[in-house]
Amino acid sequence: MAMEMRLPVARKPLSEALGRDTKKHLVVPGDTITTDTGFMRGHGTYMGEEKLIASVAGSVERVNKLICVKALKTRYNGEVGDIVVGRITERRRSAEDELAMRGFLQEGDLISAEVQAVFSDGAVSLHTRSLKYGKLGQGVLVQVSPSLVKRQKTHFHDLPCGASVILGNNGFIWIYPTPEHKDEDAGGFVANLEPVSLADREVISRLRNCVVSLVTQRMMLYDTSILYCYEASLPHQIKDILKPEVM
Amino acid sequence: MASVSLSEAEKVYIMHGVQEDLRVDGRGCEDYRCVEVETDVVSNTSGSARVRLGHTDILVGVKAEMGTPRLERPDEGYLEFFVDCSANATPEFEGRGGDDLGMEIASTLCRIFNNRSSVDLKSLCISPREHCWVLYVDVLLLECGGNLFDAISIAVKAALFNTRIPKVRVLEDEEGSEDIELSDDPYDCMQLSVENVPCIVTLCKIGCRHVVDATLQEEACSLASLLVSVTSKGVVTCMRKVGKGSLDPESIFEMMETGKRVGKVLHTSLQDVLRKEESLGPERPKVGFLG
Repeated sequence: MAMEMRLPVARKPLSEALGRDTKKHLVVPGDTITTDTGFMRGHGTYMGEEKLIASVAGSVERVNKLICVKALKTRYNGEVGDIVVGRITERRRSAEDELAMRGFLQEGDLISAEVQAVFSDGAVSLHTRSLKYGKLGQGVLVQVSPSLVKRQKTHFHDLPCGASVILGNNGFIWIYPTPEHKDEDAGGFVANLEPVSLADREVISRLRNCVVSLVTQRMMLYDTSILYCYEASLPHQIKDILKPEVM
Repeated sequence: MASVSLSEAEKVYIMHGVQEDLRVDGRGCEDYRCVEVETDVVSNTSGSARVRLGHTDILVGVKAEMGTPRLERPDEGYLEFFVDCSANATPEFEGRGGDDLGMEIASTLCRIFNNRSSVDLKSLCISPREHCWVLYVDVLLLECGGNLFDAISIAVKAALFNTRIPKVRVLEDEEGSEDIELSDDPYDCMQLSVENVPCIVTLCKIGCRHVVDATLQEEACSLASLLVSVTSKGVVTCMRKVGKGSLDPESIFEMMETGKRVGKVLHTSLQDVLRKEESLGPERPKVGFLG
């Protein structure tokens, strides 16, 4: 059995740790970004008293004439076409609902779905109209900040190490064993409850720890970043990946 | 206790993992998460400690005040525990939601320390039947990430190790009334011996096996847990069962043995860290809350 206790160490600033040359221009709400009126204002900024002022806390990004502020931590804002992973917390109670849906989905179940529409108050409407969406079976969920999930063409990845991962745009990452039959994807509504093999479990645990360590270092999450992290972690034991010296 | 809702499939996955001794984060059934301990974080207390165990964050402060001894134990001081479940920890603790859990933890701590050998209460006595030191131990739950009792007991032990009680002298006046004199030197203090202070090891039963240091997800899969309070020599001072499920007497015995084994290792690691911290001296870099 292993037990490790240590004294806390102060966190190093990220730019020093990674050797980045350009220091990010960090702002908090109310900070003036620039007094030059020749710029177009993007997300996270507003114009006040002939100055461009930040409305969120984050780093300033400049693309030619467009200035926007990318927030460090945000609540998820839905966009049409995003893939999300969600947990059922409440359901509408009506007679038809009881008869039909309860056989398939219970409270607490995890599903993957696509955003169909966004309402003006920020609520999103989801659909699972393709076979690749639906109820999720056995696996591990990791909750991260939505700003760390990179926007990509596809969010369902089958990693060569033996597991698959769904990177939900809302920050919910689902890691699960790759199903053997290719025609039965992660969706469908009947969950497979057979025991998962030990080799698959090790891969899934290692991936989960890699994702957590990437998040602690505030790195973007996409399939290649997770894969590189996985390969770099192979020499260490799975439970050691989360120790500060290994990260 | 804070709880997360899990789907059936996730619970099955966790249970099968525990059977095979490979938990979700790669640990074995008897492995703890990495623990960070720091003492002397609150300056206006006699002793304090902060413990971080995964996502669980506990802050303990000890204040020593003078009071009158209890009637049935006139030559001993005593400890008073108070646990505050901060609303920062989880939304369930908003308003009065955390009071029940706080009282449960405080009563468990009282039971553990309610024997002669945990803390040398006679050393807390100033003059019998008149004055004694009362140690008010305040526990603050900053974040709830599973395995509260273990983290709290580690923090209490570290805070008691860090407690410095000023030395006092009792002077007899001419009229016979007593005067208590505090020494002038602020560093002239006595330290409590925490050799026999027990720590709690929580064993959660998941499926047929039990795990140590469960995360919130694992606690949601477990129906019954056993809290075992173990001293550094492996002596069990108190045992308590929590949860709705039932426990077989044989499994209780197994869990107790595991608790004793794990407890001894826990104590040695904690003592090593506390001694290492003390050896760094007063100039050590303090990380505190902004590190």
